[in-house]
Amino acid sequence: MSERWRLIAGVLGTGVALAGLPLLGLPAFYESVLYLVFHWIALATSWSLLSGYAGYFSFGHGAFFGAGVYTTTTLAAMYGVPFLATLPVAASVAALLSAGIGVVVFRVKRLRGELFGLLTLAITFVLGTIVLNTRLDGGPGVYLSNVPLPRLVASPTGTFYLLALGLATVTVAGACLVTRARLGLGLYAIHDDEDVAEVEGVPTFAYKLVAFALSAAVAGVAGGIHAMYVSYVTVGDTFSITVPLYVVLMSVLGGARHWLGPAVGATVITASLYAFTGGEQALLGRALVALILIAAILVVPEGIVPTVLARVRRARAQPREAATTPAPALPRVEGAALECHDVWKAFGGIEALRGVSLTVGRGEIVGLVGPNGSGKTTLINVISGHYAIDRGRITLGATVLSERPAHRIAGLGVSRTYQIPRPFAHGSALDNVALAATFGAARRTPREARAEAHAWLEFTGLARRAAALPHELNLHERKFLELARALAGRPRVILLDEVLSGLNPGEIASAISLLREIRARGVAILFVEHVMRAVLELSDRVVVLNEGEVIAAGTPHEAMRAPRVVDVYLGKGHVVA
Amino acid sequence: MPSATLLGQALVSGLLAGGLYGLLAFGLSLSWGLLRLVNLAHFALALLGAYLTYQLGHVLHWPPWLAAAAIVPAFFALGVALHVVLRHFRVTELTSLLVTFGLAVILESVIQWFWTADYRRYETPYASASLRIGPFFIPVLELLACLTAAALACATWAWLRFTYVGKALRAAAEDAAIAGAFGVNHRRHAFVLSGVSAAYAGVAGVFIALISTLAPAQIWAWLGVVFAVVIIGGLGNPVGALLAGFLIGVSESVTMAVAAPAWAPLVSFSILIGILVLRPERV
Repeated sequence: MSERWRLIAGVLGTGVALAGLPLLGLPAFYESVLYLVFHWIALATSWSLLSGYAGYFSFGHGAFFGAGVYTTTTLAAMYGVPFLATLPVAASVAALLSAGIGVVVFRVKRLRGELFGLLTLAITFVLGTIVLNTRLDGGPGVYLSNVPLPRLVASPTGTFYLLALGLATVTVAGACLVTRARLGLGLYAIHDDEDVAEVEGVPTFAYKLVAFALSAAVAGVAGGIHAMYVSYVTVGDTFSITVPLYVVLMSVLGGARHWLGPAVGATVITASLYAFTGGEQALLGRALVALILIAAILVVPEGIVPTVLARVRRARAQPREAATTPAPALPRVEGAALECHDVWKAFGGIEALRGVSLTVGRGEIVGLVGPNGSGKTTLINVISGHYAIDRGRITLGATVLSERPAHRIAGLGVSRTYQIPRPFAHGSALDNVALAATFGAARRTPREARAEAHAWLEFTGLARRAAALPHELNLHERKFLELARALAGRPRVILLDEVLSGLNPGEIASAISLLREIRARGVAILFVEHVMRAVLELSDRVVVLNEGEVIAAGTPHEAMRAPRVVDVYLGKGHVVA
Repeated sequence: MPSATLLGQALVSGLLAGGLYGLLAFGLSLSWGLLRLVNLAHFALALLGAYLTYQLGHVLHWPPWLAAAAIVPAFFALGVALHVVLRHFRVTELTSLLVTFGLAVILESVIQWFWTADYRRYETPYASASLRIGPFFIPVLELLACLTAAALACATWAWLRFTYVGKALRAAAEDAAIAGAFGVNHRRHAFVLSGVSAAYAGVAGVFIALISTLAPAQIWAWLGVVFAVVIIGGLGNPVGALLAGFLIGVSESVTMAVAAPAWAPLVSFSILIGILVLRPERV
């Protein structure tokens, strides 16, 4: 049984074991406290799906919770729908609401970090105002005391406890599953560098939307149950600042990037809030929780669970992942010709590309040179789909690339490297390469991808550094990591943006032999480079760009001797008449 | 449809309320825009300032101006101390939000501990004084708050625009490392700015005590509106914040007059959402 299923079995087993608790006949007070613990576990864990894993900090969890509260309230109290039947509806309403918001918001690139947080907070208050002023509430609040509660066990508190326990168990198990599936890997990549994730083949928009909808659906169900639990709902209590801030606090305290972190945080905080009950003690309890939050963020910013796990690993002196599995044979790929035909791209008034046409054949290396600002990197950015072109056509074999989203282009077999390496900061070298292997041109399971990632690390000479985090690598290693990552996508075309710059002569020599090997596998290579020795040595053909136009193309020596090229590089006086 | 007089009066009270929003927004806007720290505790500081004014004035019978003279410098020192802590732990933009949230909760608890959750009202002879211009009534204290806000906005703008410290702060906000390479002592200036932000919270607090009834939970009531003001006004831009305060204040009070008071929050938040979605590059 793999680690993933062992963990999930553990979570479900714990859930089943805890379900026996009401049989002990505990006083109702304890069942209520435990209900709240699991209520908050479900809410905090669901929040972390988008906000913890993908780093889109939402302060709008209260909106989805509230949507669930008022869906159940309206259906059960006003239309007499059985309570349990309202819960799936509550989930759907909340999920649809979040998907609607996501469709608009996730298209705006700058709406990340604290702006996304504020936006979602504002949405919560807007929703609250609408509910307050319409028939859904109307102002005085709604009673659910007449709604019959189906008894799962004898006591009502026991029933609520079981409902919350069930929701929390399913949510935590689901979170565990997500973190070990494609979705989770993609979300982590979005957290570290969303643009790179998209170019590596992660369908970022769809993943964010799915994570947002799942997260909202759980909040909706939690809201539906809670409406019945409190049996009198008001807008003031429902759409308050409490829900969003508590879930953030709990997740951050426990570790928002870990599937178990929010559950630990929720347990610690709910339990310590209930250690102090009544009057002045409650006040003291709240201040204490706030103090814990401050201390936790300042001292263990990654959260309790990741910090403890790191300590345990270090104590056992175990490498993060043993790199001993034998590397599988590297797959051969079928190269394809890349063709740019009359490509135009302008940024405002600046025309970066003005009718660029070039081809790179199968197994061919084309060097792309030109002065700074001539449009080389822009060309790579439009081929990989980071920017859409204004006019023209880019094709790979018989497939048109232009006008496809970047992750689709990656899936068709286009990989790139970045001039300044952009590894995913929270993942090891192996994680970085495995991500590209998971989402690249060949569809592989995360487990297969890891095995293949080892092979690529070996190929680029990084096998020893598999467990190292990017900030522990030197420039040369990070450049080669970029290369390994690009190769792991099983590209048919690879776009290299100054992989050699900043390397010493020895490192350049080893990189050059690496590129030759890559070409020998049938991959088409377009490489932007300032290191002329490498350009002349490697390129089958050279294309020279200047001010967004191709000014020369041909064999390396032809192209570099063309009068316009000499003119651009050295000035008019040096052109031999 | 309400009468023209009613609408006009709504406009006037909206402008006056907007002045107070601006006053609350200045410190937040400065620390967010120039220090990249989102300070939720700012609201709590303002309310603490209000309760202190109440304590000094209502209980100890100090005149309000004397209370202000004591509170504002003390708050400057508090702001500096807060920044010492935040700097020491290398707090980032996002974690600053969480840490200062915790701080706000603690301050709320402290306020509730000393002054209980009951409503408190600082009765002054000026509280009911108002000018009458044509058919409109203008409460004197709110007018004073509004004028103070305008004066502070202009002074702060000039400070950032013309003085060395102001220029250095703006340079460091663009790129602290580069500014440092050109000899800007970013850290020392940041302490000053943090102190100034907190002092503005003190000023706002004095006026809040004079104008409104106090309750500890008010900290959260301002949150949404003031954030809307800060973002609409542009981060680090005091004049923008004041104008945005007027915009939000007027749109709220007109909504109250035309529709119902309960609809008012919809306006400011819708404006905020609209700006975030359509013009995110402004922030």
